[in-house]
Amino acid sequence: MSTTSIVSAVSRRRWSSGVRGAALSLILPVVIVVAWWFVSEGSTSPFFPPLRVILATFADTWLSSRVLSDIVPSLVRMIAGFAIATVVGVALGALLGRLRLAVAALNPILQFGRSLPATALIPVAVVLFGIGDTPKIVLIAFVSCFPILLNTIDGVRNVDPVLEDVCRSFRLSRTQRFRWVQLHAASPQVIAGMRVALSLAFVVMVATEMLGSTNGVGYVTLLAQQGFQIPLMWSGLILLGLLGLIVNGIFVLVERGLLRWYTQGQED
Amino acid sequence: MLTVEHLQKSYSTGGKSLEVLRDVSFTVEEGEFVTVVGPSGAGKTTLLRCMAGLLPRSGGSVMLTKTGKVIDAPPPEIACVFQDYSRSLMPWYRVGRNVGLPLRNTISDKAERQRAVDDALRSVGLEGFADSYPWQLSGGMQQRVAIARAIAYRPEFLIMDEPFASVDAQTRADLEDLILRVRQIAGVTVVLVTHDIDEAVYLADRVVVVSGRPTVVMDVIDIDLPRPRSQVTTKGLPRFGELRTQVATLISRAGAEAATHA
Repeated sequence: MSTTSIVSAVSRRRWSSGVRGAALSLILPVVIVVAWWFVSEGSTSPFFPPLRVILATFADTWLSSRVLSDIVPSLVRMIAGFAIATVVGVALGALLGRLRLAVAALNPILQFGRSLPATALIPVAVVLFGIGDTPKIVLIAFVSCFPILLNTIDGVRNVDPVLEDVCRSFRLSRTQRFRWVQLHAASPQVIAGMRVALSLAFVVMVATEMLGSTNGVGYVTLLAQQGFQIPLMWSGLILLGLLGLIVNGIFVLVERGLLRWYTQGQED
Repeated sequence: MLTVEHLQKSYSTGGKSLEVLRDVSFTVEEGEFVTVVGPSGAGKTTLLRCMAGLLPRSGGSVMLTKTGKVIDAPPPEIACVFQDYSRSLMPWYRVGRNVGLPLRNTISDKAERQRAVDDALRSVGLEGFADSYPWQLSGGMQQRVAIARAIAYRPEFLIMDEPFASVDAQTRADLEDLILRVRQIAGVTVVLVTHDIDEAVYLADRVVVVSGRPTVVMDVIDIDLPRPRSQVTTKGLPRFGELRTQVATLISRAGAEAATHA
């Protein structure tokens, strides 16, 4: 059997089991939504409005003008912060990974910075950068930088010693080793760090919008609660959950493409 | 020619010094196939890594006789094939790129580089696999990629560290014959380390038998078997049996001596 047919057989099997898995994972959410719909239908409690009302609010609010006025600004901040964190984290991590002494010296600072709760930093960011997009993006970048940075430092160090021998015996230059070997060898760890960073970025995005903001999904959700627009508050929560799912889903797809060599190699 | 002279290597671990190579001397002539065989636990891998310039020596020298160059760092004249093929290839690159990357520093013309990659893959019977990933190939095929990578580098010396130890018996025999063919085509001098006596005798022009740690050369045996070799005919020759016994006797003596020392 040729390699291509082996590969396609494997991917066919994977595809059908993937469909079954997807179907299976949809059962519980559907059950919950249906149950929620019927249980809440007769609800007169102002805190637990019928799901019908929440969804109607959702459609009115989030699927119209608020897309541009709130959802897009939220996502732009998160993506900008996450992108900065990735660039800085990978670049700095790759550099520090080769300087053991520097890491030893910087480690207390790194651990301290990583331990700071993001929410406690919001007032600081407001003081330093005012209100607007800048403090939010800076804070998202700062907080989500750490997992990427620390994982990259670790990752570029963990090149297999056999592969190191290969690089040396074929006389690859430092730059070649870095580009062709260290970066790739580190990528599973870097991407794991990015995954943690992405959820941090999401949390910080919402948190910054709840303190000192004039738009954004987090801002609207908090305002709804304060203005006693309970259906709007619930719809904001649903939107945040869905956004989180979508963002994470996109990330997983990208991750799968980038780490095919890693996951496939592990299965053999 | 490659000359190994009074090569010594000790590691110091926690203040204690561990002597691995005590005194190793032998030469490898141009175009020769030399195998190094010894009991398991002999410093065979250490010896190869010193020869390839991957490990600093504690004493003695390894010299490329033609240029008089002493090997202190990996020289362009030597290419290596390592035992663990699954760790020596870059799993994130396709086969063609794996073979071609080291050539970036030796062949500047892109088309010529591509030709060198194609030639090397053809010589190990992997034409048509340049676009596969290593993890899509069997173990034997992955080791052939590693051999192709070394050959494409156009070295004078090919140094192989137990290259066939991690594959099944049939694949092993196939790879043994493959390396005999390939070194003919590439006109390369081969030094191969193994713990398999049959393999050492079958492949070699000369067998260097080494002792257990601390390693010395016990004897160098000329293998006067006719070429081309064949798994069936060569291994059926009475002379093959004699040489095999001779090497085995030396190795068991080495094992016994190591036991009395311990």
